[in-house]
Amino acid sequence: MLKVRDLVVAYGGIEALKGISLDVPDGKIVTLIGANGAGKSTLLRSIIGLVKVKSGSVEYNGDTLTGLNSQQIVSKGLTLVPEGRRVFPNLTVLENLRIGAYMRKDEEGIAADIKRIYEIFPRLEERNWQMAGTLSGGEQQMLALGRALMSRPKLMMMDEPSLGLAPLVIKEIFNIIRSINENGTTVLLVEQNANMALKVAHHAYVLETGRIMMEGSGKELLENEEIKEAYLGKKKK
Amino acid sequence: MEIFQAITNMTAVGLAQHMVNGISLGSLYALIAIGYTMVYGILLMINFAHADIVMMACYFALFGITTFHIPWYLTFVLTIALTALLGVTIERAAYRPLRDAPKNSVLISAIGASFLLENLATYVFTGRPLHFPDIPFLSSMISVGGVQIQAICLFIPIVTVICLTVLLHIVNHTKTGMAMRAVSKDYEIARVMGVNIDNIISITFAIGSSLAAIGAIMWGIRYPGITPYLGVMPGLKCFIAAVIGGIGNIKGAVIGGFILGLGEILIVAFFPQFSGYRDAFAFLMLIWILFYKPTGLLGEKTTEKV
Ligand SMILES: Nc1ncnc2c1ncn2[C@@H]1O[C@H](COP(=O)(O)OP(=O)(O)O)[C@@H](O)[C@H]1O
Ligand SMILES: [Mg+2]
Repeated sequence: MLKVRDLVVAYGGIEALKGISLDVPDGKIVTLIGANGAGKSTLLRSIIGLVKVKSGSVEYNGDTLTGLNSQQIVSKGLTLVPEGRRVFPNLTVLENLRIGAYMRKDEEGIAADIKRIYEIFPRLEERNWQMAGTLSGGEQQMLALGRALMSRPKLMMMDEPSLGLAPLVIKEIFNIIRSINENGTTVLLVEQNANMALKVAHHAYVLETGRIMMEGSGKELLENEEIKEAYLGKKKK
Repeated sequence: MEIFQAITNMTAVGLAQHMVNGISLGSLYALIAIGYTMVYGILLMINFAHADIVMMACYFALFGITTFHIPWYLTFVLTIALTALLGVTIERAAYRPLRDAPKNSVLISAIGASFLLENLATYVFTGRPLHFPDIPFLSSMISVGGVQIQAICLFIPIVTVICLTVLLHIVNHTKTGMAMRAVSKDYEIARVMGVNIDNIISITFAIGSSLAAIGAIMWGIRYPGITPYLGVMPGLKCFIAAVIGGIGNIKGAVIGGFILGLGEILIVAFFPQFSGYRDAFAFLMLIWILFYKPTGLLGEKTTEKV
């Protein structure tokens, strides 16, 4: 279980997160929706140790993560699929997967996982030796997911995986997110695409300018009138 | 027309002589240029102290042999190790504390490190040129097919090719090399992958400085007058070589090094009247490349794919 308590993060005096608390129970998909600039990426980046925390705490299975560096945090079983995918453009597809397993030493397990990921994403296997920078947006997103899976994460955080992708590809990505979760990985999903995110999520939080404004099950929020109006593009009746 | 006349006036032996000189100098430039390009690739900064690392390596080798009477081959190994350590130390002391600072601060720190080394060397070793010791066989003149050359000239290109091969293997086919390439593109995400970027940066400085040391030792044998400022001009040219090849690109730096080394020697050979301008050649090449291909010969276009 990931526990975030009263987390405050500031960029040069301006608070992007103003005291966030949330829980991500093991085995679940928890989503965090919110408009552009709400602080979603900041939350994920501070959990993984890329952004300094001003106050508050992050705990994972009883271990305090605040104050640790990314390497230490990742070694506890967390990973991040970053916003904008950020595959290494100058590494081949295969190398991008291999670097996902950078902390692992079990060569056989790594080889088996690469095989498994190529089964999930056959299009990546066809492009095995291609530089990742030459892939399409959808392929890069698949590679970013595959790269994150290579660390055998217990908790996978994803930052807007549907951003800029075609509807069909988005559907595919969400199916994969669901199956990743069914295989036992906990997911913390950040999305602007509230409709899709709320449909897959067990539990959801709504973030507005650095504060959590609402929470509930995915289903509850999907039916909530305010959410419908603000995030699902539907008018109140 | 003039150039044809110049070539026809030159004997085959003379031409061979100049080619040997040019290839040797080009190889040395290449070895030093690699250090600039690797550091730039990973930290996006010009390591001004690199030129002085070359100079320090010359002194390490000189004193190892003359003052400490260590056998020359052992001295060379020690010199490489010591120079690598120096490069890593400079990074730790002068660049790492500024990792999150603006790039200009790091550049200024690099200039500071460079001044410090030059002044320290002047203070400790004096500004008086010291003579790099003669190395058995390598320093002597030999005759190859009627061409009189210094024996080291036969080894310089060979050593360079070996170094380059080993380096490209490390960068392209090892886990550390993969991490180096990843860090150079996106150090944040490299961190998220569990890469210790400080380690990778240290390794980069160690490799760049080792190659500089190998270049410096051969430089000392070839041009034995050692002064605290001996690195400045070659350093500048090697940086230009790295830019010409496409900064950040290892093969580019090597190609740039050869262009400048060969070009400089051949211009003097064919146009002795311009020999006073031999140092200007590198700068002309720099202006030319910045004009026609600002990213350098092998530089990549910076296109972001969405
Ligand atoms: N590196 C940064 N420096 C300064 N301000 C930042 C930085 N990153 C994000 N911000 C600001 O923090 C707020 C939250 O940004 P972000 O976490 O990226 O939001 P979201 O991911 O929800 O779109 C925004 O107002 C943004 O401008
Ligand atoms: Mg964001």
